[in-house]
Amino acid sequence: MKAINPMPGGGDSVRAVPAVGVGPKGADDGGADFTPEQLAAQWEEDKPPAAGPLANAASSLVVLGAGIGAVALSLAMGLGTPAAPQPGLWPFLISCVLVALGAFQLVIGRHNRDAEKFTRMSLAPLTGLVTLAAMVALMPLIGFEIPALVLCIIWMRFLGSETWRSTLLVSAIVVAAFYGIFVLALNTSIPHLF
Amino acid sequence: MDFLNPVINGFAVVLEPMNLLYCLIGVLIGMLIGVLPGLGPAATIAILLPLTYNVEPVTAIIMLAGIFYGAQYGGTITSVLLRLPGEASSVVTVFDGYQLARQGKAGTALGLAAIGSFTGGTAAIIGLTFLAPVVASFALDFGAPEYTALAMLGILLVATISSGAKAKALIAGAIGLLLATVGRDVFTGENRFTFGSLELADGIDFVPIAMGIFGLGEILYNLEERHRAAKAPSALANVWPSRKDLRQASGSIGRGSVLGFFLGILPGGGATIASMASYAMEKKRAKQPERFGKGAPEGVAGPETANNAAATSSFIPLLTLGIPANATMALMFGALLIQGVTPGPQLVEQEPDLFWGVVNSMYIGNILLLIMSLPLVGIFVKILRVRAAILAPITALITLLGAYTINNSMFDVTLVVVFGVVGYLMKKFGFEAGPLVLAFVLGSLLESSLRRSLLVFGGDPLGFFTRPISATLLIVFVLVALLPGIRIMLSKRKASAAEAASDTKIKETV
Repeated sequence: MKAINPMPGGGDSVRAVPAVGVGPKGADDGGADFTPEQLAAQWEEDKPPAAGPLANAASSLVVLGAGIGAVALSLAMGLGTPAAPQPGLWPFLISCVLVALGAFQLVIGRHNRDAEKFTRMSLAPLTGLVTLAAMVALMPLIGFEIPALVLCIIWMRFLGSETWRSTLLVSAIVVAAFYGIFVLALNTSIPHLF
Repeated sequence: MDFLNPVINGFAVVLEPMNLLYCLIGVLIGMLIGVLPGLGPAATIAILLPLTYNVEPVTAIIMLAGIFYGAQYGGTITSVLLRLPGEASSVVTVFDGYQLARQGKAGTALGLAAIGSFTGGTAAIIGLTFLAPVVASFALDFGAPEYTALAMLGILLVATISSGAKAKALIAGAIGLLLATVGRDVFTGENRFTFGSLELADGIDFVPIAMGIFGLGEILYNLEERHRAAKAPSALANVWPSRKDLRQASGSIGRGSVLGFFLGILPGGGATIASMASYAMEKKRAKQPERFGKGAPEGVAGPETANNAAATSSFIPLLTLGIPANATMALMFGALLIQGVTPGPQLVEQEPDLFWGVVNSMYIGNILLLIMSLPLVGIFVKILRVRAAILAPITALITLLGAYTINNSMFDVTLVVVFGVVGYLMKKFGFEAGPLVLAFVLGSLLESSLRRSLLVFGGDPLGFFTRPISATLLIVFVLVALLPGIRIMLSKRKASAAEAASDTKIKETV
């Protein structure tokens, strides 16, 4: 039996999975026995590849940069005193914490394994993002119907490898349904062509 | 009895047809997203927030609550049948549930889980009914200093109890607090971090942040997963567990109810931790612990009971203190704020209809869910065949169009997309979204209470220690903040050895 990713999503604390078991033993994937330890090890193996120290450093640097920027902006707003604070005091406190945490993470978190590597699979979210951005840009101009249809087709056919037949059929139904709900039934002011 | 009057009036609220309908819709959606791997309850609630704008507050919260506890029921089904937890809180159910299914006892596992969930949920509602007013009346005397300490402790606990890297979760929390400062400063009227943008002057709305980070971020992240078509079993045998099974599991259901109830109240606790703790406890208590992982009914009944009890009891801190205990509750908090209701100790007194309506709707919701997960479970198993590739664009479109309807503005839609990217990147780099959203909703409360307390104390931060409750909370805050540091120091040596081992392992799989 092929390994199944346990957590393709989920709300809070999705990363709870590895905490369940302990042993990073080689999981016997024969399908005979699934002790919690083996399952946890198998899930661990099935996770996307972890990113290297460079990615960890980059994310820490972004945090650090944002923190330093916020410190500068808060200083510009003025701090005042605790008894008579200026608008910058509270953001200043938070951004100091942010800078400290970012620096801590830069040093300590270099070898964390909780970041994921960008792989060829990451092109899918990028494509998805482009279609979303295009939809946001085009909606006020030509209404939502055509961009939504194109988005559905791209996501189903190219990102989800559905067949053309089901892609076209479902996309058309989806757009029609959204038109029915948002325009006809709810009478919202969503920009629409028809 | 005076105490019971508002409780009984609450039932009248629930039985209004509109509220019953939304309760049904909520638990149905919850059950569905629990069954479908992909979106969790937090993401779903975030995406559906615009739906709540045009309904009564009580109706809105009844629906959102239904999604939350409904997902706890639904998540079980995939754990048992496919070894694929639909929800994080059902992970441990896989261990014994899937084994039971392999032995042809899938029905037993699902039946026990449903009965356990119902018992745990109901027990927690009863606990909530009696405990919540007590907590609320105790908290009525809370002033600004207590709220400052409580909000800080809440954010810290949610960040540190999260399972990822603690520093990263705290960073997410700090960013959430910072985002909350965008806009006009309520005390001085000066603009902060608006960069001259008029749209930012009123601050960033909670809904686009939640929809982007939880909703769209999750959708984009899921696009990266390979779309594995789940093979659902076509038929399911009897789901009514035998008397023997029930007797065997009754103890664990009872223990799970109590454990889940208390873990749910704690900030940062909640369904996931409760289910894991219950599994561990059942295994430890069992006379033959070796049965666990090989199809022990207690290993399904206990955790499933606990996660439902916790899902219900985590409403207590939100509805009585105004402090959300986890990310999903932060969304409820936001939803209430949108409705012009500020959750807090005065809620029980001032809005008894809302409070008791929501609490009592959970009885109805749990009964509906029991019906859906015993006689109707076959229908939900069939839903497993809906492919993620088809659902993804639909949820994305719901998010975008829903975001537009909040204020009829494209600016909100743009914000959702921007925060969607932020949410995706956070997930990729191992930053949890929960603390960010939680800190964001608590941000303005925290700042204003802090500034008001400092005014009272004449600018002396040590003033917090002159009041017993705020002093205690702050001492706990310091302890919790220092604890991981000490623990890391101690386990440093052990960790370095383990890391070398896991390094080689991960390279093999690349």
